[in-house]
Amino acid sequence: MSAVKTSSAVEASLTALAVSLRGVTKAYDNGVMALGPLDLAVRKGEFISLLGPSGCGKSTALRIIAELSAPSSGIVRVARHEGEAQPGHGIGFVFQEPTLMPWTSVRENVRLPLKLGGVPKAEGRARADAALASVGLADFAEAYPRELSGGMKMRVSLARALVTDPDILLMDEPFAALDEITRFRLNNDLLALWRSLGKTVIFVTHSVFESVYLSQRVVVMTARPGRIQADIRIETVEPRGEEFRTSAAYSDYCRKVSAALAPSYSGQSTL
Amino acid sequence: MNAQAAVTAKPSSVQRAMRFVLPVIVFAAGIAAWELVVRIKEIPPYVLPAPSVIVLTLIKDWAVLSQSLATTLLTTLEGFAAASIGGIALALLFNQSKWVEYSLFPYAVVLQVTPVIAIAPLLLIYLEQQTAVVVCAFIVAFFPVLSNTTLGLNSVDRNLSGLFQLYGASPPQTLRFLKLPAALPYILGGLRIAGGLSLIGAVVAEIAAGTAGAGSGLAYRIAESGYRLNIPRMFAALLLLSLAGIVIYGVLALVSHLVLRRWHESALGKES
Repeated sequence: MSAVKTSSAVEASLTALAVSLRGVTKAYDNGVMALGPLDLAVRKGEFISLLGPSGCGKSTALRIIAELSAPSSGIVRVARHEGEAQPGHGIGFVFQEPTLMPWTSVRENVRLPLKLGGVPKAEGRARADAALASVGLADFAEAYPRELSGGMKMRVSLARALVTDPDILLMDEPFAALDEITRFRLNNDLLALWRSLGKTVIFVTHSVFESVYLSQRVVVMTARPGRIQADIRIETVEPRGEEFRTSAAYSDYCRKVSAALAPSYSGQSTL
Repeated sequence: MNAQAAVTAKPSSVQRAMRFVLPVIVFAAGIAAWELVVRIKEIPPYVLPAPSVIVLTLIKDWAVLSQSLATTLLTTLEGFAAASIGGIALALLFNQSKWVEYSLFPYAVVLQVTPVIAIAPLLLIYLEQQTAVVVCAFIVAFFPVLSNTTLGLNSVDRNLSGLFQLYGASPPQTLRFLKLPAALPYILGGLRIAGGLSLIGAVVAEIAAGTAGAGSGLAYRIAESGYRLNIPRMFAALLLLSLAGIVIYGVLALVSHLVLRRWHESALGKES
């Protein structure tokens, strides 16, 4: 634990932080501790994964960073756009489900954050179309969500998170419900977007393979209440691609992360 | 794949045709049997009029009956409009404040479970007749709108609510862009029930008012014709009431379908 803290402190002095959590806890109304205390520092432009067993509070941590949920104690700092009046516009959030409004078109779904922020309609539509193009769905602006496949819905959700041009992208197990082929493709597209847009990404997942493939840092969390078990840096030749997925380095990292994750599951053998 | 699709498509189109054709056959057979029995047994029209006599009465008395139909429809429409606006507005109020909901909901239930036929005479004492009739239609029809709209407003996707919160949506924005569209299928379901019920409420109140000695709606015509043993006219008025109910339901179902057809499961084909 102490080693993690020290390294975070060093990082903090080196580069500007996008997100920092200090002693953050979350207790439910019934007194159950869901999270923490958690200390986490994320540098600007970094891609990190929060990895842990179901119910370890990793989604809760994400919701706290997004201010969708208030911490029971601790300090949360999120670097924001200067001059952005609208709260939340520095953050894009991708939920576990696509969370699209079924009653309106894909374009209107993507335009929603801008509409709520008072951006004029014409400009909003143009930006929504650009965001859709960036996830490869330029031709589906007029479609309704029900006409799309699961992977395409997730892309729409990603486009909506990107449309405000946020500094920080929070993703809560976004690809968990997709088939493997679709997930691999979305992983690659997400990496390409991250490289071209230079956003800070915090990616919650329970897949070891996904976390190692995507992130620069994998933060392994313990079972409830979630704390940091290990903080593993994934260093490889960028840009990553399919050859990384099949490399020996990749499987070494996966083994290392799995080993760090194992104690979190040891108490749950009956499950 | 194609063959399979053809196999599944064929029975479904036959089925669809049958759903329309079978009730029509049953209706025609019933009417024919009725006409036959009345003619063979020479039943007098003041006991049971033949269908042909009812239709003739409908044509002969059209001047009186159409006037009554218009009166009843107007009452129904006013009651329905009041129930829709009142039910939706009250549900929105309940949704804004739990305290208001806790304070008022029990009385909405009391109003719903007390038979309107028992309230109608009281209303007729305290209110002007036309107002009392509309209020009856309102009382019967507003509860399904209220309870369905409340259900719809409470069924908003939790993640979508979170999304609106994340992007700093104001309460009016959340209401307009999230809650109302999400509740729309439920609201339309409530309105569909309310349409038929407001007709029932109007008829009940008219009958109560009719026995008090005034009124000119279809239900009053039925009561009046009953006293005069003008049975064919009773049937003709009843026929018009049924048709009015069917048309009201059909119009509301059509509106619901047109509004929801692009996105809601209820308005989509099963296989899509």
